[in-house]
Amino acid sequence: MISRFEVQETNKMIQEENLDIRTITMGINLLDCITDDMDKLCNNIYDKITSKAENLVSTGENISKKYGIPIVNKRISVTPIALVGGATKAASYVPIAKALDRAAKTVGINFIGGFSALVHKGCSAADTVLIESIPEALDITERVCSSVNLGSTRTGINMDAVKRMGEIIKETSIRTADRDSIGCAKFVVFCNAPEDNPFMAGAFHGVGERDVVINVGVSGPGVVKKALENVKGVDFETMCEMVKRTAFKITRAGQMVAREASEVLGVPFGIIDLSLAPTPAIGDSIAEIIEEMGIEMVGGPGTTAALAILNDCVKKGGVMASSYVGGLSGAFIPVSEDHGMIRAAEKGALTLEKLEAMTCVCSVGLDMIAIPGSTSAATISGIIADEMAIGMINAKTTAVRIIPVEGKSVGDQVEFGGLLGYAPIMSVNPYSCEKFIARGGRIPAPIHSFKN
Amino acid sequence: MKGIITVIGKDKVGIIGKVCTLLSDQNVNILDISQTILQGYFNMLMVVDLTHTHTDFVELVDKLSELGKAIEVDIKLQHQDIFDSMHRI
Repeated sequence: MISRFEVQETNKMIQEENLDIRTITMGINLLDCITDDMDKLCNNIYDKITSKAENLVSTGENISKKYGIPIVNKRISVTPIALVGGATKAASYVPIAKALDRAAKTVGINFIGGFSALVHKGCSAADTVLIESIPEALDITERVCSSVNLGSTRTGINMDAVKRMGEIIKETSIRTADRDSIGCAKFVVFCNAPEDNPFMAGAFHGVGERDVVINVGVSGPGVVKKALENVKGVDFETMCEMVKRTAFKITRAGQMVAREASEVLGVPFGIIDLSLAPTPAIGDSIAEIIEEMGIEMVGGPGTTAALAILNDCVKKGGVMASSYVGGLSGAFIPVSEDHGMIRAAEKGALTLEKLEAMTCVCSVGLDMIAIPGSTSAATISGIIADEMAIGMINAKTTAVRIIPVEGKSVGDQVEFGGLLGYAPIMSVNPYSCEKFIARGGRIPAPIHSFKN
Repeated sequence: MKGIITVIGKDKVGIIGKVCTLLSDQNVNILDISQTILQGYFNMLMVVDLTHTHTDFVELVDKLSELGKAIEVDIKLQHQDIFDSMHRI
């Protein structure tokens, strides 16, 4: 029999510590929508998404009520559009982005991911069309998210694409300048992109996946922070045990929701992504966890070690709780979405370089970082190349979601609103990497890619 | 199928009575009930059996929540599985 203490603990986590199911993401394969006629393709895509995801939102809401746990987002990821659009020979995939946006609005979800291309070794004609369509697509659609995989441990890094990404990010920023360059907040580049990640902006439905699948993202940095408050001053072993135990409980809640959603929707369950993802709300912050571990302000010496412990313990607890932990799983450090990170960036405790070091040990990469609008495309490509190199060499997923905010410079602030939060403009190292980026070609795969 | 009902709020006459009446009207059987009053705050935990009710679970959640609003306490019904999954290996 469940004890009063256990009931209270769960409900306290939900009500006071912001435990939630961050997202139920339905992955939908669009390969069977392919046709050479653009209008027909868009109709096929719209019809497939709206029929498969018809009950996604209502199912999420019912499960949320049944267990008394909030399910914050219901989302959809689709097959990378570069793979779907090729047969049309069209010069732009913006019409497909519009169809995705329309479908998202019809089924009532807030983001749809998969306006994507996988170009880690090279670009096909379709990949190029997709990449060139990104600025306009992100400008005129509201809910479409885009991603490009630029490198992998197996293949190396496509530096031609890295170079173009700097320019694409600049174009997107300028096109959405009237909205604080928000287009860039819906676009992420990856190294070693996972095919089953339920989190935006990088979600897409991989080609190795089933036709339709349910992936669930669980979160709860506030719960971990509270748990650590109870073990102040203890040694690392005890602290790690606490994080693991908490991660276990959080993941189990997610596992249960995933199973139920999969059953009700009649769609197979894919993975649980246990990622501690902050929100701008007080008490829902990764920075606070690191500070609770004993670092005065996130970014200070010790931060990388603290984050490494957190990330590893979250994985260990999560893996014990579900056999199908996947996606990104770990800790996210999006600056604009975490009030502790924002504060540290404002005070100068947290710099771009420290964030880069942190990405070596946490689940993703440079995320939701606002930089001056005057930053050159080559510099943005350089930042991307650094991050891709970390991913490639360490055989981990890394990503960059960076926002050069048009018309703003260091000292200014930018407000993205809602879950995307707000951020101070961070300073960027002023020295040029133009000649490096201009070389073009591909960085060869690292020696440890020859595992066979 | 079992559910856990928690009721939290300022203590007053008839909280248990009203909750029990609603449950009995919906053919929900009470298996266990425990209650404390802490600094004037009423705190009740009920384990209920929902096998014989004809009301949909989510509808019952709403009915209890509405009753809670009417008598100014917080009433929550949750499926037992969330507690089992989080606290049992």
